Amino acid sequence: MSILSSTYDCGPFCDEMYSAAGTIRPHYRRLAERLETLPEADFQQRRAAIDLAFLRRGVTFTVYNDSEGTERIFPFDLIPRIIPASEWKRLEAGLVQRITALNLFLHDLYHQQKILKDKVVPAAQVLSARHFRREFMNFSVPRDIYVHICGTDLIRDDAGRYLVLEDNLRCPSGVSYMIENRAAMRRAFPNLFQSYGVRPIEGYADALLKSLRYITPRPGDKPSVVLLTPGVYNSAYFEHTFLARQMGIPIVEGRDLVVRDSHVFMRTTAGLVPVDVIYRRIDDDFIDPSVFRPDSVLGVPGLVGAYRAGNVALANAIGTGVADDKVIYAYVPKIIKYYLDQEPLLPNVNTYLASEPADRKFILENIAKLVVKSANEAGGYGMLIGPAATAAECADFRAKVAAQPRNFIAQDPIMLSRSPTWCDGQLEGRHIDLRPYILAGEKTVVTPGGLTRVALRKGSLVVNSSQGGGSKDTWVLKGDL
Amino acid sequence: MARSGRPPPARTQATVMLSRVAYSLYWMSRQIERAENMSRLLDVNLQFLLDFQGFDDAGLKEHWGSILASAGDEALFATVHETADSRTVTDFLAFDLRNPRSILSCVFAARENARMIRDQISTEMWETMNEMYLFLKDRSATDIWIAGPYDFFQHIKRHSHLFQGLTDATYPRSEGWEFIQFGKWIERADQTTRILDVKYHILLPQAADVGGAVDTAQWQAVLRSASASEAYHRFYVQEILPWKVAEFLIFSDSFPRSLHCCVLQVDELLRRIVGETSARARTEAAKAARRLMTDLASLTIAEVLERGLHEFLLDVQLALERIGDEVVKTTMFYSSEFDPEEQQQQQQQQ
Repeated sequence: MSILSSTYDCGPFCDEMYSAAGTIRPHYRRLAERLETLPEADFQQRRAAIDLAFLRRGVTFTVYNDSEGTERIFPFDLIPRIIPASEWKRLEAGLVQRITALNLFLHDLYHQQKILKDKVVPAAQVLSARHFRREFMNFSVPRDIYVHICGTDLIRDDAGRYLVLEDNLRCPSGVSYMIENRAAMRRAFPNLFQSYGVRPIEGYADALLKSLRYITPRPGDKPSVVLLTPGVYNSAYFEHTFLARQMGIPIVEGRDLVVRDSHVFMRTTAGLVPVDVIYRRIDDDFIDPSVFRPDSVLGVPGLVGAYRAGNVALANAIGTGVADDKVIYAYVPKIIKYYLDQEPLLPNVNTYLASEPADRKFILENIAKLVVKSANEAGGYGMLIGPAATAAECADFRAKVAAQPRNFIAQDPIMLSRSPTWCDGQLEGRHIDLRPYILAGEKTVVTPGGLTRVALRKGSLVVNSSQGGGSKDTWVLKGDL
Repeated sequence: MARSGRPPPARTQATVMLSRVAYSLYWMSRQIERAENMSRLLDVNLQFLLDFQGFDDAGLKEHWGSILASAGDEALFATVHETADSRTVTDFLAFDLRNPRSILSCVFAARENARMIRDQISTEMWETMNEMYLFLKDRSATDIWIAGPYDFFQHIKRHSHLFQGLTDATYPRSEGWEFIQFGKWIERADQTTRILDVKYHILLPQAADVGGAVDTAQWQAVLRSASASEAYHRFYVQEILPWKVAEFLIFSDSFPRSLHCCVLQVDELLRRIVGETSARARTEAAKAARRLMTDLASLTIAEVLERGLHEFLLDVQLALERIGDEVVKTTMFYSSEFDPEEQQQQQQQQ
């Protein structure tokens, strides 16, 4: 029996694979043909083999506040998300436009602040942003790039339109799963890849290393690049080691680094070795206890001083968090227009700012119809999905919003697109999003693919791994079929 | 911070080894070797008791007591169990996480070290280590007793051999290799002294017992605990004599678990790790290693027995400990001023 079922229900959503019940979209047809001929037992066997391989290889993430078996594999679904070339081309252009504008915005914010003086973005919103680092006013970062690595979350609405849900401009994670998922799919369906014309994503690590080397304070000399991790207990530790290994650079913890005369060194068995570029996966707050949180035990005392002296480069730069604040997010279309004089190619989700009186009134009155998010949380924490929430939860959030309006935004709920996903012995539609990875260096490149996350719980819109999400391989095709 | 002896590091990344990484490689290697030796020791002794079921309770207690004593874990054991018998000692030395030197503790710790330096070791090494961990994590001590512990010990030994073989086949001959090997050889030397010492703790037999069935079987067990039975017979082609067994495990210059062989390797690795190249050793570690080398190259078994086998073995253990400590201090040490729990918490906030 084939796993493709004639009773698959698209519901009122945009389905990635079916344009209507029983009608498969052209770019999914060859996949469907393959699945038609695949007995369910074979399919199950391949699933099990992939899960086992992930476990053995230690492709896991850590779940906090879970006393037993804290390492888990990220559930993987075998049905890929497929994006035709022309669709990807539009996405790519939109993403490049967005990161270009955001880098110009950050440079301006930390220098002349023209955009504030022109009142395109209200100064109060920026100055009150938690991640705005006034200590870095008038400080110039190497090559004027603030965001080197960006993971932008995209969703599709019920009409199939791509929208930007949020920008991740600090330490976006997940890229290792993108690469591991591809490796797993290649093993499970080796022949399909050859014939389908799927664009490779394996160049990511090389491109990343290139963009890191690009910002070295000592061009000409072979730069010494390291990855700074919070440590083995961090949920993304697997990813840190994965990337370090792929790039062939050392992975260091704060305690491995030391600052002498405003230069950064790592402690090695043969003494101190200089460091030029740090790909840091630690938040600003923790990076240097002598400047930011004094209780940080993860950071490197003196690192910020070395950075200010121009002796070491950080990726991403300090202070990028101001631009992925969810309040600032609402202004990104205006930011694009202001710096690039272009219309945004990828629209935002319609957003209401609780800090604006009219919007606040609307939010408080309609909270049960909206998605409310706190401005600085990630990972699916600190949010309310009004239509799915109880009256008590709504009341709770209403009080929070009223008390701290700057900390909240609200958005129209989006009927996220769905993809067929293997659940309880059959394919059912589950909501998905997409996080492509953009690297800004000498050139800005978008890896053709990304991490497609899927909300495995029926009806759920939350795709985060910490909240019962899984992932799929993302295929960007060379052509449209 | 600069270490003497080594050329200054180039700016290329291939030559750089973080102290923390060296530390993890060293301990990962020691812990695996330790788990393997403990498996062999327990396996052989459980087997031995099956062959000699005539032991009364006192005999059993003495037998297991001597194994605990040689492992150096008597005091801790006493806080957990009242009597030493096959079940309690095996549980304690194999499965008890309260004992930091138990097989389970060693494998878990080795795997945690490997996870920390996941980027530094080959995929093959990591997968083997991780499989070993998953194997242990999925089983309770009770399950293992029901299935018979033989398979369990076999599994640990196999995986340790696989791990060491894969290390040999996939790990670059770089500085990291030296730390892995240094950890392995120093642990192996230490374990051999402990295996030999087991026999000392079994009270010296009555004259009439020497060469008797039990005595011979016990020395046979010592040889098998060090995987040395076949090599011994090939070398001596005769029956098992206590002083010959001791001589073989201490002085053989060809058997890879003898003290002499292990210390030769330790000495050689020391030269590379701390850059001891001159005729006269500068570091305490190298001095201790060379003194040990001299003893192992020139003493005879008669001299050792005259001085007392147990005392001799204790001295060797102390020297090994001193060598290990000093190498850790000069190449891998960094003090962590912070509370590990606080560190773990903050790592999770990122």
